[in-house]
Amino acid sequence: MSEAMSALKGETHTGFATVAEAGLTGMVTIRADLADPALAAALAPLGLTVPALRQVTAAGGRSLGWMSPDELLLVCGYDEAPGLAATLATALAESHALVVNVSDMRARFTVSGAKAREVMMKLCPLDFATLPVMEMRRTRAAQVAVALWRSGADEISLVCFRSVATYVMGLLEVSSRRGGEIF
Amino acid sequence: MSTRLAKGGRLLDRSKPLNFTFNGTPLRGFLGDTLASALLGSGKTLLGRSFKYHRPRGLVASGVEEPNVLVNLGRNARLEPDQRATTTELFEGAEAASQNHWPSLEFDIGEINDKISKLFPAGFYYKTFMAPKWAWKHLFEPVIRQAAGLGAAPKEADPDRYEQTYAFCDVLVAGGGVAGLAAALAEAKAGKRVMVMEQTAFWGGRAPVDGGTIDGLAPDEWVRNAIEALEKMENVQLFTRTMVSGLYNHGYVIGYQRVADHTPGDGRPRHRLWRIRAGLVITATGALERPLAFAGNDVPGVMLASAVRDYLVNWAVSPGDRVVIVTNNDDAYRTALAVLDAGLSVPVVIDARDSVTGALPMAVKARGVRVLEGRGVAKVLGRKAVTGVEICAQAGEGGVIETVACDCVAMSGGWSPVVHLFSHVGGKLIWDEAGAMFRPDATRPPIKADGTALARAVGAANGALTLDALCAEAGLAAQVEPEAPLAPVWVMPAGAKEALKFKAFLDYQNDVKVSDVQLAAREGYTSVEHTKRYTTLGMASDQGKLSNINGLAILSDALGQAIPQTGTTTFRPPYTPISFGAVAAEAKGEIFQPLRRTPMHGWHEAKGAHWEPVGLWRRPYCYPRSGESHRDAVNREITNTRTNVGLLDASTLGKIVVKGPDAGRFLDMLYTGMMSTLPVGKCRYGIMCNENGFLMDDGVVVRLSEDSWLCHTTSGGAEHIHAWMEDWLQCEWWDWKVYTANLTEQYAQVAVVGPKARAVLEKLGGMDVSKEALPFMSLAEGTLGGFPARVFRISFSGELSYEIAVPANMGLAFWEALNAAGAEFGAMPYGTEALHVMRAEKGFIMIGDETDGTVIPQDLNLGWAISKKKDDYLGKRAQARVEMARPDRWRLVGLETIDGTVLPDGVYAVAEGHNANGQRNTQGRVTSTYWSPTLKKGIAMGLVVNGPERMGEVLDFPGDGGGVHKVKIVDPCFYDKEGEKANV
Repeated sequence: MSEAMSALKGETHTGFATVAEAGLTGMVTIRADLADPALAAALAPLGLTVPALRQVTAAGGRSLGWMSPDELLLVCGYDEAPGLAATLATALAESHALVVNVSDMRARFTVSGAKAREVMMKLCPLDFATLPVMEMRRTRAAQVAVALWRSGADEISLVCFRSVATYVMGLLEVSSRRGGEIF
Repeated sequence: MSTRLAKGGRLLDRSKPLNFTFNGTPLRGFLGDTLASALLGSGKTLLGRSFKYHRPRGLVASGVEEPNVLVNLGRNARLEPDQRATTTELFEGAEAASQNHWPSLEFDIGEINDKISKLFPAGFYYKTFMAPKWAWKHLFEPVIRQAAGLGAAPKEADPDRYEQTYAFCDVLVAGGGVAGLAAALAEAKAGKRVMVMEQTAFWGGRAPVDGGTIDGLAPDEWVRNAIEALEKMENVQLFTRTMVSGLYNHGYVIGYQRVADHTPGDGRPRHRLWRIRAGLVITATGALERPLAFAGNDVPGVMLASAVRDYLVNWAVSPGDRVVIVTNNDDAYRTALAVLDAGLSVPVVIDARDSVTGALPMAVKARGVRVLEGRGVAKVLGRKAVTGVEICAQAGEGGVIETVACDCVAMSGGWSPVVHLFSHVGGKLIWDEAGAMFRPDATRPPIKADGTALARAVGAANGALTLDALCAEAGLAAQVEPEAPLAPVWVMPAGAKEALKFKAFLDYQNDVKVSDVQLAAREGYTSVEHTKRYTTLGMASDQGKLSNINGLAILSDALGQAIPQTGTTTFRPPYTPISFGAVAAEAKGEIFQPLRRTPMHGWHEAKGAHWEPVGLWRRPYCYPRSGESHRDAVNREITNTRTNVGLLDASTLGKIVVKGPDAGRFLDMLYTGMMSTLPVGKCRYGIMCNENGFLMDDGVVVRLSEDSWLCHTTSGGAEHIHAWMEDWLQCEWWDWKVYTANLTEQYAQVAVVGPKARAVLEKLGGMDVSKEALPFMSLAEGTLGGFPARVFRISFSGELSYEIAVPANMGLAFWEALNAAGAEFGAMPYGTEALHVMRAEKGFIMIGDETDGTVIPQDLNLGWAISKKKDDYLGKRAQARVEMARPDRWRLVGLETIDGTVLPDGVYAVAEGHNANGQRNTQGRVTSTYWSPTLKKGIAMGLVVNGPERMGEVLDFPGDGGGVHKVKIVDPCFYDKEGEKANV
């Protein structure tokens, strides 16, 4: 197997917050009827439950985010993603569902530090002050679509399409430069 | 002569002197100064020239309403024109220069315009530059443009950083004076999320200067307590140097924060634009004092009464030793008291009212100041500085009663509430007869979607102009001198003769006078909006903050109607100018626009690719070698691909997976062809039309499994087609069981094209890519050279061709492996232009070249791709319309010039006769045209009336310069019509 490379190879910048491309990340898109018992059953072996509206559930180092009324995003290890996708697809074979490994089509970033949200406030039309931990939002960062969730008290995780990873890193870098603290 | 007083100055820190220059002269001010107060404190009163007449001008105001003193600030890359001196905080090393004069501020050639000002009345441009018609563009406009404008535009790129920030709150308070802070405290105590924005660097607004007590405290002390209380509350955010610039629908608010204007180059973003969603906006924006319209009211030294006391109290600056007060209200007497308190003299107070008995006037009289009743200013004496005033009866025509020497005139025509924010999205105003002012009508505020109020005005912005009135509104107890009513005065004296009205300025910045507005009325302008544009009243960068009410009162008078009948002009954001930098924010340089990069982008860049933008992608157009032209590079890439093997980065192609029990039925509706019958592992070319029957996108569809298909789209069409699919699934066929996923970026895709393509893949190894194992138009999945791969046998070039998709994160490695494996076979990368030429040699259409939104598949002879077995597909019904079924539509053919040259792109074939516009009739046009290095001649495709039935006919295509291209209609497939080369 050839060596895979994430879009920005883990590029990191530290200003008043740290912005980093998170490197290779496994991602699996699940499109299904979220109320289908077969979906809950398929996820059970992973210890994951179907997230409610905009929520992110997590177990065993993996997380599962609510993307739309019929779409979930499983975030996992890069190497395990093809296998997990195949296992889930098999488990959902009798249901109407689409399970597909999308680990390569996005770049994942983390923005961390006590003032992490001040970086994101400059880019996304979201109320970060009231965004709970482990809640997901699909929004935009400046001119491109992103999905993000507060992955910790002082950390925001963000995914965008791989082709615009350089653009998003440009946004994050300039928005986190020292002197740009808002409060 | 203005000067700095030895003591006082509530905003100054005298321990921190600051050096700055004005027109190159070194001067000194203090921390806390504005540029305006520092200039005035340095004895500078002549500070600029007016826009039209080049009249000498000085400071009129002390805040955002200042019309005259706009300066060029900074130099080189940090040069910025039109900076308002009254709102520019002084900083160490500031370099300011006056504007709009030549050769110097003191001696300005342009002043001739003032001498001949009778030649420049309202509408001068419209009346003068009418004819000849050509002269506007070539003579008048260039000359006027040269003469117009105030400051100099910088010539270098802005080195500073700007940004925007999104915010949300329940209540946004605009203005940090007593009314705003009181409202913020009340809302915060009620548990609301509150943001307070104050445009200046200081809290408290006017109250600390104007005096009185609030809940028994001096205003300064009350403000300090209020800020302390607000700072302690978690639910409150306080911002100084932040102007609420505009109010928009649904509580969207723009705030403009001047983060580092006063500390340039300190590494902070210079400006920050706040984009706020507020539940309620409380406008506590105060009021602005109105000037009085008397002759010479623009001579340097004539200032608003409130500005005179601001300079005295806030910055310890005396605008003059002998200050004459001219007023129609009691409030201006506060200025007389401030002047006296500073140890300066008030020779006389000229009051337009017939009887003056208020507490403030009495206090002034008690200090021995002469107060004249029923009097006005006939004329101000002096040109570059005030030397005196001629006093007349306010009721008369300007006959001089006496002349008083002075070096400053403090004028007050009353106050206008700042109703801008309240009005931006439709809040209505009412005319307050007693106060002679427009104020917000609380019963008709701007409203939200649910019908509730979006904004509420408080304090002076609501017409509560006095401290006791605004405190009563806020539930506070205040003590302040009572004020007697004012008398509206729009022209001084009331019967002023023409000569006086000609020098009585309304709009200082645009040089609009009382006489101009009256002329407009005489010439038939009855609408205030028309008069504004005709005279330019209120159209300068101060947006008429001083002039508009006076102007429309004079217009009303000239029209013989009441002021509310005339109404106001429209208030529009921004309240004061905001920087382009803040609007652009981060979107400059590398991140001006998102640029989409394939996993191989960096490789192409390193190889010197010449780029072609495709949507937001950049694709290599060609890979020119050292000394090679783009044209030569394209020809080399084509020839090499057709003889050896070429590699194309096709990652941008759209790749949408469609899965579900109804997926086949769904695709049969989307594509004109039949996709449900495609066997698993096979590929089929498909075309999509919109509901109007027009060709929209094309690509190869692959059946991945019994219930899933992979749809390739054009590079620019992936997002649109995915959205199109979801639109139909979510809105129309919501009960169909189909899921889609746009996997475009999941895969890097490479086309390996040419007679030696198979040899390259065999060298990589791992999959059987023989004709038998992987025939034309089929799919195989496996591991190729160690990469998990999907291999499609499809061809857009007519050659033996494989398109291979690998996970995007392995795309670069795969591309490099292909280049390495292909080296011995002469593999070279090729770009989009080679792709285009090769497809044209094969007669394949290209969406966007052969289609333009008016072309149906039948026009392109794609009837074979339209299933006859289906009841329906999107576009079918439209294609049955008379216009679409017409037999003489323009249809696709190949075109060849008789002499073998390349046809120009986009040229038309002419037909006999002329149309109704006298133009030649046409019968066809070129859609694609190239030099074919394979055929060694120009080849083209085009749409021609009845084209396919006219093979061999020669058409005339007129080109540029009178030449005509003789062009033969031929088959569009120029190369390997039997398709043997692809099927090996």
